[in-house]
Amino acid sequence: MSKLSAQRLEVAREIIARYPDPRSALIPLIHLAQEQDGYVAEDAMEHIAELVGCTPAEVYGTGSFYEMFKFHPVGRYVVSICTNISCLLLGADELLEHAERTLGVRAGATTADGTITLEDVECIAACTLAPCVQVNYRYFPNQTPGSFDQLVEDLRSERVEDVPPHGTLARVRQHVDPDRWAGTGTAPPPTAERVPGPALPSGSGAAR
Amino acid sequence: MTYTPVPPIVTARLGQYDDAHTLARAVETGAYGALRTALGQTPEAVMEQVKVAVLQGRGGAGFPAGNKWGLLPAGKFPRWLVVNGDESEPGTYKDRILMERDPHQLIEGALICAYAIRASQVFIYVRGEMALAQERIADALNDAYAAGYVGRRILGSDWSMDITLHWGAGAYIVGDETALLESLSGRRGMPRPKPPYFPAAIGLYDDPTIVNNVETLSNLPWIVEHGGEAFAALGSEKTNGTRMFAVSGHVKRPGTFEVGSGQVTFRDLFYDERLCGGIREDRKLKAFIPGGGSAPWFFEEHLDLPLDPTVVGPAGSMLGSGAIVVMDETTDMVRAAWRLVRFFAGESCGKCTPCREGVSWLQRIYERILAGHGRPEDLALLEDVGWGISPGPYPGAGVHPGDAAFPFPPRQTTICVLGPSAVAPVMSSLRRFRDEYLAYIAQATAPEATVA
Repeated sequence: MSKLSAQRLEVAREIIARYPDPRSALIPLIHLAQEQDGYVAEDAMEHIAELVGCTPAEVYGTGSFYEMFKFHPVGRYVVSICTNISCLLLGADELLEHAERTLGVRAGATTADGTITLEDVECIAACTLAPCVQVNYRYFPNQTPGSFDQLVEDLRSERVEDVPPHGTLARVRQHVDPDRWAGTGTAPPPTAERVPGPALPSGSGAAR
Repeated sequence: MTYTPVPPIVTARLGQYDDAHTLARAVETGAYGALRTALGQTPEAVMEQVKVAVLQGRGGAGFPAGNKWGLLPAGKFPRWLVVNGDESEPGTYKDRILMERDPHQLIEGALICAYAIRASQVFIYVRGEMALAQERIADALNDAYAAGYVGRRILGSDWSMDITLHWGAGAYIVGDETALLESLSGRRGMPRPKPPYFPAAIGLYDDPTIVNNVETLSNLPWIVEHGGEAFAALGSEKTNGTRMFAVSGHVKRPGTFEVGSGQVTFRDLFYDERLCGGIREDRKLKAFIPGGGSAPWFFEEHLDLPLDPTVVGPAGSMLGSGAIVVMDETTDMVRAAWRLVRFFAGESCGKCTPCREGVSWLQRIYERILAGHGRPEDLALLEDVGWGISPGPYPGAGVHPGDAAFPFPPRQTTICVLGPSAVAPVMSSLRRFRDEYLAYIAQATAPEATVA
């Protein structure tokens, strides 16, 4: 519902500084907003627009192209059942049908208790573990209707430890000590005297 | 051809150690040694080694990496290296394994490339849905920056290089390198027309840019360490080194395998006990997809072809991204084709009309056939719509377009190959399993009652 918090704003500035053009940070910043609220809120999009120097419409226009961004609240867990070719061959459609029946929602919808949003998704790159399910983008391979029921039960009673709430994509961020960041992306081009490679920027610390 | 295992290159470390992703294990087993070697040579010498190696791109198109780098216009800076880790082709997940299990090998490879092409900065674009890969690469980069392998004055030399980890957010089309660059610029991931300008001339921020696949770059440390000639000596005459293949579907032991490039046949791969071990329950093979969802299908008569792009191409398909999907005799081919068509329809970015309108039209025809409302004229319509996206006539065309050998690479009325990719499963299944389509249509109930 909100702008980026002070702490996330600091992270956002750090992300922006790693690109020669702030607009490149747009998608990572939408992820940051989604991490904060569980979905991408309007105020956050306006804040991001300010930070990267574009209009809020451009933030929404770009963000809405990508399937992972949700522009309305979703469940704490987004459960994505892959139904593409390799999973289809090993029973994904039957698994999806089972999931819809037992959860009482169609793919795309959220359960009444707000725990689970069910999704029917395309290839999630785990084809030899078919049929495969992701919960908030963590893999749960070789599912059967029985194991799926168990997974749902575990999610509901918060017994699944390794899955952060929806929106938190990676729990480890890139963080570069300013003394180590070289600023090569904005350094002057290499010259005959400064071979090999791009030259160091003058002075110390980050280039920007 | 009998299968002979070869020493792995890109999976050597991860095949041996569960903690191959940590800096300690990576360095102990030689990581960043090749980078040190490379920094002792001129960038031109490093590029020359890669040209000698003839390292064909492992992302799908197969263009040799050294030649691609050679297309950069001389003296133009800044220039960028972008690592394409947006692997999303149905059936593919080799790059995910490399990113999750041996991120330092990828970072070292990217640094070697950056040095050789004199890049200004490196961006690693990782597919959004791969949370673990993002965490592992972030961890690896943080450690490598702190230890002096990335960033300012690398390994104590006067060469510096920054690497930025970038996240995607779920869009198959971003695997196309120009769409990837649009996405990395903070825009909708829609491909750019090419030719005339390829990314090497006008890429990220309109600067010269090299986009290389994860597996491609992961080969570089080995090449620098052992030399381009040693790499060229591996594999078959026409394709060098090793290649990773992910085999899924109806085989007994699905998995990823690194094999000598061009030295293994599909039969070896599917049936050898050391590889997939046969079709499940010893059933009969019906068809297989040799190179990801975009590839025209192969059948039993193609089993003895080697996994060599120079052989698979003229035979009418491609090895693409190394994804092989096996379908046994129980598979419903109409449904299988529909599922791939539905995927491409959903992933069409909407820029080109034939793809945006045509592929979703194909999807609607399939859904009507599967729902029991197929019409006899639907088969010709499928061919006709497919024809509009990827037109013929092709050499050896018969009476129906569907009788023709599916041409590969396809002709296209679109900017990128996503549209023609959707036509591949349609033509492949129609050509071979027409009776299955006819059976659906014969059972069709009358369409909704018309108002008299």
